[in-house]
Amino acid sequence: MTNKNKKQKFTAATTCAGCPIGVVVRTVLDATDDPIVVTNATGCMEVTSTIYPNTSWRIPYIHSVFGNAGATASGIEAAVKSLSKQKKVSKKVKVIAFGGDGGTYDIGFQALSGALERGHDFLYVCYDNGAYMNTGNQRSGGTPMGASTQTTPFGKESFGKERRRKDIMAIVAGHHVPYLATANIGFLQDFKDKVKKALKIKGPKFILVFSPCVALWKFPPSKTFDVAKLGTEANFWPLYEVENGKYKLSYEPKERKSIEEFYGMQGRFKHIFRDENKDSILKKIQTEIDNDFERIKATVKAHKD
Amino acid sequence: MNTKTKKIALTGGYAVGEAMRQINPDVVAMYPITPQTPIIEYFAKQKANGRVKTEVVTVESEHSAMSACIGSAACGARTMTASSSQGIMYMFEVLPVVSSMRLPIVMAVSNRAISGPINIHGDHSDAMVMRDLGWVQLFAETAQEAYDNMFIATKIAEKAFLPVATNMDGFFVSHSVENIELLEDKIIQHFIGEYIPRDNLFDFEHPKTFGPVALPNAYFEFRKQVQDTMNEVPAIFQEVADQFAKISNREYSFVEEYRTEDANKVIVAMGSVCGTIKDTVDNLRDDGENIGLLKIRMFRPFPYEAVKKALRGVSNIIVMDRNLAFGTKQILATEIEHATGKEVKSVVYGLGGRDVFEKQIEELFTNKEVPEYLM
Repeated sequence: MTNKNKKQKFTAATTCAGCPIGVVVRTVLDATDDPIVVTNATGCMEVTSTIYPNTSWRIPYIHSVFGNAGATASGIEAAVKSLSKQKKVSKKVKVIAFGGDGGTYDIGFQALSGALERGHDFLYVCYDNGAYMNTGNQRSGGTPMGASTQTTPFGKESFGKERRRKDIMAIVAGHHVPYLATANIGFLQDFKDKVKKALKIKGPKFILVFSPCVALWKFPPSKTFDVAKLGTEANFWPLYEVENGKYKLSYEPKERKSIEEFYGMQGRFKHIFRDENKDSILKKIQTEIDNDFERIKATVKAHKD
Repeated sequence: MNTKTKKIALTGGYAVGEAMRQINPDVVAMYPITPQTPIIEYFAKQKANGRVKTEVVTVESEHSAMSACIGSAACGARTMTASSSQGIMYMFEVLPVVSSMRLPIVMAVSNRAISGPINIHGDHSDAMVMRDLGWVQLFAETAQEAYDNMFIATKIAEKAFLPVATNMDGFFVSHSVENIELLEDKIIQHFIGEYIPRDNLFDFEHPKTFGPVALPNAYFEFRKQVQDTMNEVPAIFQEVADQFAKISNREYSFVEEYRTEDANKVIVAMGSVCGTIKDTVDNLRDDGENIGLLKIRMFRPFPYEAVKKALRGVSNIIVMDRNLAFGTKQILATEIEHATGKEVKSVVYGLGGRDVFEKQIEELFTNKEVPEYLM
């Protein structure tokens, strides 16, 4: 280990080869020099970083259950407020919660909503890999249409998940939080900038970061960043911010890549390319993605005018 | 002896809220549920009037109440909450995490029946649901005891690094007005002292990971250390209760023996029904019956030795359970049989807040047959 490594806030984890979880954590933690307390929902990040007696975390960290990252963060933030008034801890402490899409869109949704509405000063980072990957790929509220998962497998009468994923960004925005943004590990500088910006703002902040799953999206470990980038280039994962209610686009592809190209890189969508699905399902998904992007652009434009 | 006390008429709920004001915790998480609401309403009012330094987190569910408590307590903040019934069951998932993490959270419970069907009135079903999760459980007969238990609980929790639930019967205690002797703020503050946390999330020089994954090679040890500490709690309880007696003149043990010295028939019970039983015992003693009451004040850890000692010479033991365990012998009755090695008569009473009258208790003492249910 070099001296530089000593300063690492998050060291090696037992993630799959090609998994971007380490990138997500380090990008977030390195965005501030202030003391940080992290809370984490159950999931891949937690399981691969805290196998007793080892821990990847070189900063204070707490995990308790799956559905309570927002509530645990609320308690930590309350302790910061209370004990900093009593001069027992610095008021500069940053509270950061990490959850996957299952821990955010689904089981942790109520706790997150409550924490956002109460206005705690914390940053919630959802690393979104579009299904319950820690348990082996079962559908979540964040699973995209058409994905074959263990609980929505494709078959004679199924093309995979039938409905689109929840628009968690719109829902979080509905809590009147000062800052939320989408990010993508394939656009690292943009992600870094957004975390830095978020941590300077007081109140609840939310960042939804696109975090491809090598093992269960089924692509080669060397392709993580390519798949991630393509997600945004295909407008499947648009990059934007909502600051004090105002939408701002962070990136617009010069030439939008097709959903066919993006889905085509991943084994979980293989069945979509069968003759019986290709025309109907793929076309439908492409139309919806284009409509969504137009809607975001229209909102951005309306906020500019 | 301390003479600086004042008597005031308060409900059990307000008395517990007042105890919380005097303790002045760093963080309190609250979510409303009948019959716990008087506690949190009272406390919220104290906060609104600037009488506590506490950070109040008005969470959106009991699951989040206990989760926020975990976050706060893990930071080294003195942390409390209050709940009942469905609320306890909604936070069930996180309750054993609290004990395993060794977080000294105190939860005031206004005991209430559990659904279904829905019923807001007092029984002990909720306390029984959480009985084996590593929480110390104290039971109060009166509002005075409910008030006193809050201070005793705080000290036990912070000495043992285990969570403590203080139970009082919903409505029977939580909403009934009693004359309560309050202690002075200064005396309370001196008694509970400053909380000195152990490992915590605010020790940035020595960062700790709370709540790791423990595989089969480690999980067992995590669970066992809770049990080892539970075994130390009776001694801690008595030490704390003895200290408390010095400031309050009220002496407590994990059990209360009421006129059991020469009794040949004893009822064992917990909570507010003990008041009714005491009156019955007094009346029947006047008629020459050799009877008594054994009141259980600490249910977890269960005080086996004290119970065994108290019931040594008693052949006729009747155990009253204020909950109904399905498909098994009743819970308190089983504990008493286990402690004494004797067969006991078991009776279930007062479910969903059903009243129990002195006449019924009298019949338990005097009739040869003990019914399975006092309905």
